[in-house]
Amino acid sequence: MAEMREGEEEMEEDTQKGKYLTFLLDKEVYAIEIKYVTEIIGFQPITEVPELPDYIKGIINLRGKIIPVMDVRLRFKKQPAEYNDRTCIIVIDVQNISVGLIVDNVSEVLSISDDSIVPPPEISRGTENRYIKAIGKVENDVKLILDCNKLLSDKDVENLDHVNVS
Amino acid sequence: MSKYENETLLELFIFETLELITQLENIALESEYGNAIGEKINEIFRIVHTIKSSASMMNFDNIASLSHSLEDVFYYIRENEPKNVNYSVLTDIVLRGADFIKNAINQFQAGHESIQDVSVIVREINEFLALLKNNDTPIYPQSGNAFSLNNEGLSKTYDDSGKNRFKALIFFEDGCEMENIRAFNVLHSLEKTAEIIGYSPKDIVENPKSAEVIRKNGFKVEFFSELAIDDVKTVLSEVIFLKELKLELVDPPSTDRNPAGDNNNDQESSRSTVKQSMISVSVSKLDKLMDLVGELVISQAMVIQNPELEGLNLDSFYKASNQLQKLTNELQDTVMSMRMVPLSATFRKMQRVVRDMEKKLNKKIKLEIIGGETEVDKNIIEHLSDPLIHLIRNAADHGIEPVEERAGKGKPATGKITLEARNEGGDVWIFVKDDGRGMDKKSILQKAKQKGLIKKPENELTEREIFSFIFMPGFSTKEEITEFSGRGVGMDVVIKNIEKIGGNVQIDSIYGIGTTVSIKIPLTLAIIDGMKVRVGKSVYVIPITSIKESSKVQESAIIRDEANNSEMVMLRDTCCQVIRLHDFFKVKSDTVNLTEGVIVVVESEGRLACLFADELMGVQQVVVKALPGFIKKVQGISGCTVMGNGSVSLIIDVPGMMNTS
Repeated sequence: MAEMREGEEEMEEDTQKGKYLTFLLDKEVYAIEIKYVTEIIGFQPITEVPELPDYIKGIINLRGKIIPVMDVRLRFKKQPAEYNDRTCIIVIDVQNISVGLIVDNVSEVLSISDDSIVPPPEISRGTENRYIKAIGKVENDVKLILDCNKLLSDKDVENLDHVNVS
Repeated sequence: MSKYENETLLELFIFETLELITQLENIALESEYGNAIGEKINEIFRIVHTIKSSASMMNFDNIASLSHSLEDVFYYIRENEPKNVNYSVLTDIVLRGADFIKNAINQFQAGHESIQDVSVIVREINEFLALLKNNDTPIYPQSGNAFSLNNEGLSKTYDDSGKNRFKALIFFEDGCEMENIRAFNVLHSLEKTAEIIGYSPKDIVENPKSAEVIRKNGFKVEFFSELAIDDVKTVLSEVIFLKELKLELVDPPSTDRNPAGDNNNDQESSRSTVKQSMISVSVSKLDKLMDLVGELVISQAMVIQNPELEGLNLDSFYKASNQLQKLTNELQDTVMSMRMVPLSATFRKMQRVVRDMEKKLNKKIKLEIIGGETEVDKNIIEHLSDPLIHLIRNAADHGIEPVEERAGKGKPATGKITLEARNEGGDVWIFVKDDGRGMDKKSILQKAKQKGLIKKPENELTEREIFSFIFMPGFSTKEEITEFSGRGVGMDVVIKNIEKIGGNVQIDSIYGIGTTVSIKIPLTLAIIDGMKVRVGKSVYVIPITSIKESSKVQESAIIRDEANNSEMVMLRDTCCQVIRLHDFFKVKSDTVNLTEGVIVVVESEGRLACLFADELMGVQQVVVKALPGFIKKVQGISGCTVMGNGSVSLIIDVPGMMNTS
């Protein structure tokens, strides 16, 4: 089944271009490219695994496949929020690693044309900026487009810690 | 490596050649023990020939030329049946050649061009062949003459022992055209099962006009085959556009042939049919299948034990679900059995190890293999070979005495190492037994004392505990260091490897008589029996194999060591450390008082520990899954599993946990 999905993905490469899934964390709207998204599932009980960074909440069983889940709030050093029935897990697949992202809630799939996407501002040395690949403008709103690779890479975590210490 | 455009071809070549090399080694070793090659010569010839042709197809010239010269030797042996063959030297040469090819293949796998110089080995092989020719005094000169006569008459000669000689006349359908090519196809399909002696017209490939001749006179072919006439007929009748087939047996096999030979032929032909019914499947596909079956078992439990069914009267549902359960169990067994591989291949590798040791150490050693047909999961076999090599080397080096010493003790000059495997319940036992000098308890104790390994009074140590000191890293009582053993590395590697696959090792030894190392390994790794324990809200699985017992503790049995902040529990006469699972995994639990919860006594490397959990939740078969790659190795966790209700539980890695706490 996975192969089929991949095949479809390739075929749909064109139709997926410029489409973004947006979700909410606090008041900000974030967006991730739709090609990374495998599926969206409701919140489900997580098995805790010791010795992991706090933002990795543990592992879940996704139809027999064990995947880690990451609380994006904690990843961005935001205040943790209680999980409720609006809490969603977005399953993304980056370089063949499946990871679940816990977000406050999923809003919609948007088309953002390339010319309304601008690079993130350089001035802000805030921690969030590291994961923001670009900023998309849709009408009067601003969507923060996430860099999925950086979201998962551990090297970045070290850098992040470093930044925080200094 | 643009040269090898077809990577899969290379992969196939490597796979096939390695397999053939192993076969070749085994036959060579057998022939050395039996001091004769006999029937096996044809198999050797086939192997060497296959290696040669596939190597030259892949443009690996050095392998091709090496196997070519080997082929020459075996060709000579097969055709002339020389009597004074030194099989020991022959085996040496074959093994050296095999090593060379293995090295070359390793280099290909690493992506290098093989740069080894083949000329030395080839020269040696040729010298051996020359020697063979000089020494050769044929016992049956007549058969030698007959051979040369035959040689003139036919395009090819073969030893026809045990085979039927057939003559076939084939007519193709009118107007099918290109009869010569079709005739060639016939030859080709015959080659698989028969040895072609001759055919007419001869020039079918080169001369298109031969088609005309075949149309008129038919295509005549003579061949030897092990098959019976009916089988040959079936083979030939599959030829496309066949109009008429006349098949006759030329001279039926003489009835006075020795029965032993006939038996061999029977075996051979039955084996060749077995071979055809086998296919090789990549392990990853089997793994996938295994995963799916695991999923199936879980989802079945989810359906049948669904809480929504409670209180309903569903007779036919339960009947149907019982049926389903039966089928899934059977499916699970079948998939498991597909992954099972007999130990014999691994065991036979040890023949080679023993032979090498024998030559290097100048001792006489015989390896006896019992129960090679015992089957073990493929994943486990892969981890078994290294520990076994270590143990066998140890036995040969430290255990078996030199010939003179054995004579002095009144033991037979040839030392014996027994490698035995057998099934016992859900486990497989492997024994490595030698009849050598045995282990000296005193010197082990002394050494252990020097190294400060003894943790309790000497007189309380059991024999097995003393012997198990040799599994400690850096422990070697052997004073001098040999090429093979005595460096103190090895035995601890053995135990690590065995524990990695969920097994354990015991040693029994009687000084002066011999040593037995017993290895217990589980049949499979993919599905284990586990004890579920609850800690707070989490459920963990402890592998049953490492559990010794579980019990409640009395307040009086608890010993608290405030200074080291550790707790211990007295269990009958032994005192063992408590590992609180809620502390170890940092989970919240309301049960903190040792007397309220339950302790599970686990054992690893002969050490005991008590795992403290809230409660036991029963034994269950669990399907072991690795933690997702994104999460790095976690201390004390060996994997995870999906429970019947769909939740994920962590499987506790007992040795790992004991080493960290």
